[in-house]
Amino acid sequence: MSGNSQSATARVSTFVLMIIFITLALSLTALVLAVNAFSYGNEVVAGYLLLVGFVGVSMSTYVLLQSRRRMARLKIETPPIVTTIECRKCGFKNVREFSRGDYVFKELELCQKCNEKMIITAIYREVKEKEKGFSLR
Amino acid sequence: MNEVLIELAGMSVLQNQFLQFPGGDSLTQILSILFYGVFIVFLFYGQRIQMYVMLREVEGSLYKLKYIKDEGRKIAIETIKEIGKPQADPTPRVDRFLEYFTIPPQSMDPAGIVWKLDNILDVRDTRLKDEVKLMAPATDEPQGFNLENTLEAAMALNYIYKVIRHFYLLGKKTLSLYIIMQIQMILPMVMREAEAYASALKAFAYGQPIGDGAGALVAAKLMHGAETRKIQKDCIVGQVPIEGRVAYVIKAEGPGGNVGKPGDAIKTIIEENEGKISTVVMIDAGLKLEGEGVGEVAEGIGAAIGGPGVDQFKIEESTLKYRIPINAVVIKEDIGDAVSPMRKEISDAVDKAIERVKSVILERTKEGDKVVIVGVGNTIGIGQ
Repeated sequence: MSGNSQSATARVSTFVLMIIFITLALSLTALVLAVNAFSYGNEVVAGYLLLVGFVGVSMSTYVLLQSRRRMARLKIETPPIVTTIECRKCGFKNVREFSRGDYVFKELELCQKCNEKMIITAIYREVKEKEKGFSLR
Repeated sequence: MNEVLIELAGMSVLQNQFLQFPGGDSLTQILSILFYGVFIVFLFYGQRIQMYVMLREVEGSLYKLKYIKDEGRKIAIETIKEIGKPQADPTPRVDRFLEYFTIPPQSMDPAGIVWKLDNILDVRDTRLKDEVKLMAPATDEPQGFNLENTLEAAMALNYIYKVIRHFYLLGKKTLSLYIIMQIQMILPMVMREAEAYASALKAFAYGQPIGDGAGALVAAKLMHGAETRKIQKDCIVGQVPIEGRVAYVIKAEGPGGNVGKPGDAIKTIIEENEGKISTVVMIDAGLKLEGEGVGEVAEGIGAAIGGPGVDQFKIEESTLKYRIPINAVVIKEDIGDAVSPMRKEISDAVDKAIERVKSVILERTKEGDKVVIVGVGNTIGIGQ
């Protein structure tokens, strides 16, 4: 089922990509033809080809960027989780990446400084807030 | 719609009067006809075009929901295989589990509905635990709880996907603007919830503390080092001296993903003390409004507990019997933070919440009094 869904997503994006690239190629051809027509003094045709070419290039670029953004959004982000380990006796603190089996108040190895058992005091993720233009707070 | 028409008419006039394209009158006429054509198309088919735009938007979100749902299912199956060591492939059983439903009790005659709902939730809980045990026989109790939470998150994602798909297909079939419109309007909120469940999946699978566990973490910090005992159901209580008072600190038993039944636990403690409890202080994660900061601590009165309402009802009943005041301290967060791995701001807010609890006790009780402190929430990744 998972495989089906992935192939469906891939199929859609391949199809869209094909259309985008065909449009892009035709638009670029139109631009080249526009230059050609202009050099032959056919300004009317050159004008239209230029218009078609620019519209085609901008539209296909826009759709390409949009579909890339959609693909980027199709990911489940897993933020880094950190585990804070502390020695309750001497206050020695160590922060490391979370590993399966960690939980708050779990007793771990002995402290490097005072040989007392260390415990996990916090497990959390840090989120970087996006910059905002203005705030009403 | 009117704005579009006015704009088109304006463009047509502009084109007629000022934009003289090279090629003379015939070309201007062709372009005029083209503009009128567009004008007429928008006049008659504007709504339909709008509908197709909305359908396309819903379709895009549906693809994303399908991806998230399939990922959820994959993570659940992989976790079962990894820690449950099943003899057979758990996939068919997981698929059956994802379609599991619960029928709420009939509410035409609402008297006694809480106990009926309580019974149904108990049966559901037992059934889910049995299913998890069959799927993953090698798991211990905390791992079983975590697996159950993982499967429930996958189940929620499956349900969200199916509901959105239902409205999308129904809208497409009937071409009713209103069916499509209502789903398109709530889509941003639905997507936020789905993304929150998606990030919860890995947290549950790995046993990481989640934002909802803020209350449980407060209770854990208060009772850490004290002697604890089990109390019904799936809860734990520790007797701790705080500011010259005797505090019964209650939380769900960790570190497995578990919310326990704080309603029953509070009732037991109150009955054990024959109602001689000065105050009950409940700490929970509270949904913040947009604009409020994550990890802000607020104080109020009432039973701070979410869920279907059974536990809130029981707490209110028990405290009413002996006229015990209930105080609440909440740590603000949004729905995404509540089910995803705990943010640093929430973890840091726990100490502030403890200070607030202590100040409530100092202000509202006398030395030597007995108080009940309840840390509400999922205790996944939090011991005691």
